[in-house]
Amino acid sequence: MTAIFKDHEADRRIRTKWWASRIAIYAALLTWAAICLFPIFWTITTSFKLAPDVMKGNLVPWWDFTPKWKGWESLGLSPRLIGEVSTVREEFLKRFWNSTIVALSASALAVVLGSLAAYGLSRFNYRFGFMRNSDISFFFLSQMILPPVVLALPFLVLYKSLGLLDSRIGLILLYTLMVLPIVIWIMRDQFQGIPIELEEAALVDGLGIWGAFIQIVLPIALPGMVAAFILSLVLCWNEYFFAALLTATDAKTLPVMVASQTGSQGINWWSMAALSSAAILPLVIVAIFLEKYIIKGMAAGAVK
Amino acid sequence: MNTEGDLLHTVTADNISESRKKLGKLMVWGTALLCGALALWQMAHETGRLANGFETWRPVLYAYMLWATALCVAQVMVNGEKGKRTLFVLPAALFVISLVVFPLIFALYISFTDWNLASAAGPQPNGWDNVVEMWNDGFYWNALKNMVYYVLGVSVEYVIAFGLALLLNAQIRARKFFRVVFLLPLMLSPVAVSWMIGKSMLEVRFGPISRLIRELGMEPSFFGTPEIARFMIMAMDAWTFIPFMMIMLLAGLQALPREVIEASKVDGATGWQSFKEVIFPLMLPVSVTAIVIRIIFKLKLADIIINVTSGGPGGATDSVTSFIFREYRDRSNVGYGTLLAIVYLVLIIIFVTLLLKLVSRWMERPA
Repeated sequence: MTAIFKDHEADRRIRTKWWASRIAIYAALLTWAAICLFPIFWTITTSFKLAPDVMKGNLVPWWDFTPKWKGWESLGLSPRLIGEVSTVREEFLKRFWNSTIVALSASALAVVLGSLAAYGLSRFNYRFGFMRNSDISFFFLSQMILPPVVLALPFLVLYKSLGLLDSRIGLILLYTLMVLPIVIWIMRDQFQGIPIELEEAALVDGLGIWGAFIQIVLPIALPGMVAAFILSLVLCWNEYFFAALLTATDAKTLPVMVASQTGSQGINWWSMAALSSAAILPLVIVAIFLEKYIIKGMAAGAVK
Repeated sequence: MNTEGDLLHTVTADNISESRKKLGKLMVWGTALLCGALALWQMAHETGRLANGFETWRPVLYAYMLWATALCVAQVMVNGEKGKRTLFVLPAALFVISLVVFPLIFALYISFTDWNLASAAGPQPNGWDNVVEMWNDGFYWNALKNMVYYVLGVSVEYVIAFGLALLLNAQIRARKFFRVVFLLPLMLSPVAVSWMIGKSMLEVRFGPISRLIRELGMEPSFFGTPEIARFMIMAMDAWTFIPFMMIMLLAGLQALPREVIEASKVDGATGWQSFKEVIFPLMLPVSVTAIVIRIIFKLKLADIIINVTSGGPGGATDSVTSFIFREYRDRSNVGYGTLLAIVYLVLIIIFVTLLLKLVSRWMERPA
């Protein structure tokens, strides 16, 4: 059969080239997607494995092994044990709760303090001694390079004398300090994007500067604040270093619990896998549903 | 961006009576006195000169907070409208100063003592002994050397992240899906990652990667030799942090002016040419920001090392932070550890300042 309309040789070459580039792009995307997803897939499936499955290296659930609740039972979180009293579950939930409270409060505190400071710095002229606006901004942002080790020991001693060791408040203060520069960085960018005329109009209409800030600027900057909040949440939830040094029993957070189990478990991977899955799941869910804000937060300041 | 200058200009007639000003100042000085007096009293109690005192320093903390609040309120009372403006920055500034500057001064003091938490005696100043010890401590210099490798690893991460950003910026389907998937590693805590990858997937007997390598006919050993162990740590850290750079670069790509790229196409540039001559130069500022921030994060690298190798084999994977962490936790050698931390801080400050200077000079240079 001969086609009536025939593509010219050059056109066909372009089309094959186009297909080749398509295939290359999708191959690269899928490869990296596999690299990103496999460890998560591995952890979640391993939490449903038994010892023989682990040793045989079975990978695909239902196909080469039957999922069992053993791993989750060791956390007291399986359908069979969920109704019963379980000390392991209580322990786990306590750590989970600690992490939640600490991360949420620290992020909230950082967003409040950071937004105020960022707004002030983007709108008014300050002079504290020799420090002017750019110096103050630099002072805040320079906290980012402060390595946690430098503060760890002074805080250990300080908290000991203040009776704040192994308390959630202590961790909250420290985490707020840790994420504050990032919040200020994001929020300064947000406020600089809001036209000053809005506030000028509000001032003419009789609002004070705080009134204009709360009633006019805040609602506009809210998406940016959510972005900063979520980014801080991620950092605080995952923080390990300070939590490992400053907490012992009461205020221990989830990462510390995961880390303390890592060495002792040997080859019964199912319980470690269940614990790891439970520790990463909240943020995986956050990532899936609030991805827009996380990307917005990280993109702020990158593009000027 | 310009942050100087009175952007939002307000003019208000403040009529602040003398008594209001006086009351404001009285509040600040009163609470400061209270705080100081409590601190002195507590110190006298701790050193045994006074019998009755508080169990902890917490009342001093409360007094300090009272003083901070009074200072904020007094701003408005004394300075009126100008004080209201100061009130935006003051809380954050007070917070950072009290939580960073005081501990830093204290750290500086500890670092010149022989304090060991295990010994009953408190800190005793020991002059330059710690510095001498540091000078002869091969492990610390080794950790610093490792940090150089780790920081250099950022360049590879940058290349991968840029590639991924370009892929995500191409005309593709299911862009949102890929974006979420690529973002996921960043959400995972380094501690969980160290178990998920370092302790189970890379486990020599049963880990899936070891199996794969054995299938290929090689003997898996991930943390045996220094080079491979260091590479593994770098790979794990890169895995979690590549999304971070990727997103910054993606934001930069999306903000590029479309016309310029189209113009280069019209002029007949191939894909590679338009990347090399147009996209990459336009992306330089974003790239520099992303790399600098990534380096700053990299300098704090510790969690994965602490949990996977604890510095082994023979300190080959130690970062400075993980080394000092073990100095604290295993040897309780806080005086010496703190000196190492302070030295590290100084080195970081010098390094980052030089980096920023270099970058700004290089960016100003006409291309």
